[in-house]
Amino acid sequence: MNGVTHSYGNARAVDDVTLEVKAGELVALLGPSGCGKTTLLRIVAGFIRQSAGQVVIGDRAIDDLPPNMREVGIVFQNYALFPHMTVAENIAYGLVARGVNKADQRARVAEMLATVRMEGFADRKPRQLSGGQQQRIALARALAIQPRILLLDEPFAALDKNLRLDMQIEIKRLQQQFGLTAILVTHDQEEAMSIADRIAVMNRGKIEQLGSPIAIYDEPATPFVNSFIGSSNILDGVVEDGRIRLSVGATLPCSLQNLPQGRPVQVSIRPEQLMLVREAAPDRFPVTLTLSLPIGGQLIHDVAAADGTTIKVATARHPGAVSSLSGTWHCALTPEAKPSVFPLPPT
Amino acid sequence: MRTAAVDWRLAAPLGIVYLALFAAPLLLLLGISLHSDQDLQQWGVDNWVKFWSDAFYRGVVWDTLRLGLAAVLATSLFAWPLAVFFCASSARTQKILLFIILLPLLTSVVIRTFAWIVILAREGLINQAVLALGLSATPLRLLQTETGLILALMQIEMPLMLLPLISVMRGLDPNLLDASRALGAGHWRSFFRVILPLSLPGWIAGATLVFASACTAFISQSVIGGARLVYLPSLIWQQAMVVYDWPFAAVCSVTLLFTVLAGVMMLNWLGRYARTD
Repeated sequence: MNGVTHSYGNARAVDDVTLEVKAGELVALLGPSGCGKTTLLRIVAGFIRQSAGQVVIGDRAIDDLPPNMREVGIVFQNYALFPHMTVAENIAYGLVARGVNKADQRARVAEMLATVRMEGFADRKPRQLSGGQQQRIALARALAIQPRILLLDEPFAALDKNLRLDMQIEIKRLQQQFGLTAILVTHDQEEAMSIADRIAVMNRGKIEQLGSPIAIYDEPATPFVNSFIGSSNILDGVVEDGRIRLSVGATLPCSLQNLPQGRPVQVSIRPEQLMLVREAAPDRFPVTLTLSLPIGGQLIHDVAAADGTTIKVATARHPGAVSSLSGTWHCALTPEAKPSVFPLPPT
Repeated sequence: MRTAAVDWRLAAPLGIVYLALFAAPLLLLLGISLHSDQDLQQWGVDNWVKFWSDAFYRGVVWDTLRLGLAAVLATSLFAWPLAVFFCASSARTQKILLFIILLPLLTSVVIRTFAWIVILAREGLINQAVLALGLSATPLRLLQTETGLILALMQIEMPLMLLPLISVMRGLDPNLLDASRALGAGHWRSFFRVILPLSLPGWIAGATLVFASACTAFISQSVIGGARLVYLPSLIWQQAMVVYDWPFAAVCSVTLLFTVLAGVMMLNWLGRYARTD
């Protein structure tokens, strides 16, 4: 995708997006609703003609091709199986449109059913299947035509949580097994984190950051990416002698160079980058513990700093961990923590 | 079966009205048709025998059925593409289209029918255009022909076909069409394999309405069709009001009723095969 832009009236739904998806790679377009990710997917599929820019598959621009000539496979959130056709007819639909002969159709349908582990369902109607089964058939239907690129439009959103994980694993398995090139549109960061090779975080029609899931989580490029991915404590501070003095009362080393003296900054610290200790130190700040919740393998502590800022701290839940709410605690960075620093405009 | 009792009582007011004003007269009509003399003194099936043994009357039944089917065919041919266009249009365009679609229903039958006389007549709009363009040397004969009548009925009955068709089509998941396109199907294949089968329930509702109302469109049939074309409604009127042969008019009426009913049942039967879920 090269400088793709699309406007609805005056609103720019997709604003000058350039994105390269490598062969065999799964890229997630991640963002809140209305960020332009679905529009971008529909442009690739050919359902929307972009106002400007180019979409290239292989080394061929496909902008002038109608959707039926693009050889893309698409899987929708609501499955969009043809309700009046059987499972086999649904899977064979793209093959029939391509004039594949009957014998090859049957063979391919059987092969696809085996691929998505749905043998024996060929003669069912879509309404006789559960959501997860329908999604598998939708996937089989899209893959039957051997698409050059697989587009996944929020494919897991309608599934319940346990099933969602199964389907994510399933799609990842198929994607690796067939070396599929795929674009996944989602607003669910965990989903993007778990199955994408790279994530493009989108906001207001632009890609804010493109990178591996780990890079996006550990080194968010913008405050938006930081707040959208994972949970995070945002603390205000100012630069002082190359360090950052936080308003909660601690001084931290600054990861950014060349910030002028007195420049206001925001520091983002993930809950798991903090720990609670009894002893005071210059790079720690005093807090009062208000609540501790055991969530899975973690304890989430809700603490308040001296100036009233509430902060979340996540620690491993093991015997001898923080057990008492009373007394004075100090918040400290874990040894490997690298908080992200975002400069604010000078006041 | 408490719910059944409640349901029954809710239907009672209209049921009683129908019983008194619809079912009872119908039984009377059936009774009249079973008399063999005009003074209704003698019971007999003479008039039924007279109707069905005469090729002319059987021809009238056949013509009426054919008119209804032709109207269904003509409206379908134009309604389906328009419904597809309607569903693909913006909300604004849909509003304007809906107004245009409803327009025939907002004018009285008599005015609509006389408007068609102006259009179809020897010196009417169509003939003026045809002569001006040199498509024909002599004016076409449209009034008092089946072609002209079907043309007029098509416009008059169009909303009955379009409204159910559009309402079903609007309920279709737009992703289905996108899925079909992405899988390699062109516009025509997508229409015939996806849109058409899935919109059949709407078409059957529309076709039923159009068929029933075209078969019984007395005013259009007699004003545009004239005296040359005889259909069951005008035959009934002639027998009842001109000839005063009430038993025979009753035979024609009951025949019309069951003819239309047979057509409607046939469409419903088709509908059972068009279940999409």
